[in-house]
Amino acid sequence: MTLPEGVERRSFEGRERLATSGPPAYGEPVVDGWRLWDAGRSKLGAMLDGGFDTGLRGGETVLYLGAAAGTTVSHVADFAGPTYAVEFAARPMRDLLSVARDRENLFPLLTDARRPETYAHVVEPVDVVIQDVATRGQARVALENRRFLGTDGRLIAAIKARSEDATRDPAPVFEDAVAELETGYEVLETGRLEPSHADHLGVVARPEDGTF
Amino acid sequence: MTDGWFAGLEPGDTEAAAASIREGTAEEPADWPALAVQAGFAEDEASYYRLLRAATVAAASAAATERERADDRQLVHAVRVMDDCREAANGLAERVAEWGGSRDADAGAGLDYARELADSEPSDPVDRRVASLARRVVDLDEERERLRRFVERTAPEVAPNLTAMAGPVLAARLIALAGGLAALAKKPSGTVQVLGAEDALFAHLRGSAPSPKHGIIYTHEYVRGTAREQRGSAARALAGKLAIAARVDHYSGERKPELETELDARIGRIREREGGT
Repeated sequence: MTLPEGVERRSFEGRERLATSGPPAYGEPVVDGWRLWDAGRSKLGAMLDGGFDTGLRGGETVLYLGAAAGTTVSHVADFAGPTYAVEFAARPMRDLLSVARDRENLFPLLTDARRPETYAHVVEPVDVVIQDVATRGQARVALENRRFLGTDGRLIAAIKARSEDATRDPAPVFEDAVAELETGYEVLETGRLEPSHADHLGVVARPEDGTF
Repeated sequence: MTDGWFAGLEPGDTEAAAASIREGTAEEPADWPALAVQAGFAEDEASYYRLLRAATVAAASAAATERERADDRQLVHAVRVMDDCREAANGLAERVAEWGGSRDADAGAGLDYARELADSEPSDPVDRRVASLARRVVDLDEERERLRRFVERTAPEVAPNLTAMAGPVLAARLIALAGGLAALAKKPSGTVQVLGAEDALFAHLRGSAPSPKHGIIYTHEYVRGTAREQRGSAARALAGKLAIAARVDHYSGERKPELETELDARIGRIREREGGT
């Protein structure tokens, strides 16, 4: 699969790894201005590295849900256009703010991804929603945030089985989540993110027109 | 049509803009950059994004500071004073009972007796002193109750995962015993298991006592409510998860409900070993 423009495979200590070009953010290795994007630390990185057809080309407007300390979002802002980063916890927001300080196109929002009405007055319609929220009801979060996507938009989500139910086997948890997603999205691709992210399912989907 | 965050704002007023970002709402998104240019708020798209960035950074920073102000140090002070208030109230209640007993053969004991005396208005100068002291005891007990409510409100903000698992008061005591959330997050689970049992631990290290199975976590239902033979296992399992919860709270702050589910399942298995509790 082709990588979005602004994401390249570069050589780090003799190994081909994903990298983006931008100001260093969290102590990652940098070679010739290219920052290592470790697929083991980033679910979106693992999806790109694993050949998912994410539809990302580079330069998109992005709504990122579950930005945490900003590791992945720093790379997204490197290759994307305006990037809105929603995070609910105060502590990681500190790190996210320092990532945002060096990036003109990154807009941090300390709010709850389950309540889009608290940020729809700030976030414009976007090309891509990237979701990585460790909360129960992850499919619900994706459905709630569908309002930000046009018909050509993409949802790129990492579903964490243990956030839904830590005692159930992940496979049926994923089936339920995908079934719920399909009430508002057309699911284009799914795949497990092992070995780098245990019990996570990567999902690429596009809003179903007419419904909802 | 709802308004965007910039409605009614002066372009240079970052403070008002941050407030609008934090407090505003809209059901649906709209092409805010174009609308802002149309409304004359920004000259062009690039200047809109500059204003937006300044406003979102200011809003997120202010909101984070506000939440962190309810920080672990305040929680530590509150839970320590709460315990001091209880100790002082009980100690003084004993004095009240002792003193009252010397004046009245039917005098009661403890906090209940202090409450009874606090409502009385004797005319005798000595009885007035005893009643006055009783009122201090009741005040202290009420202060303890208010502090407990403060701890219950604050602990979930400071340490959401630890609080969900341990309850607010035990969570606060563990943080206080360790000397802060950062310090607790660095402790191995074996240390968390015996926090609050330092006397017994040092007696054991001197060779004069068996190793303690649990410290303050004994107050948790999962330890206290488990049969004696399995209590060490329960305490170890609980301490392990509490140590992880403290680390998640300190380093990420993200809620991980699966930690509780895992602990519930683990305790269930431990209790099955003994054939019920």
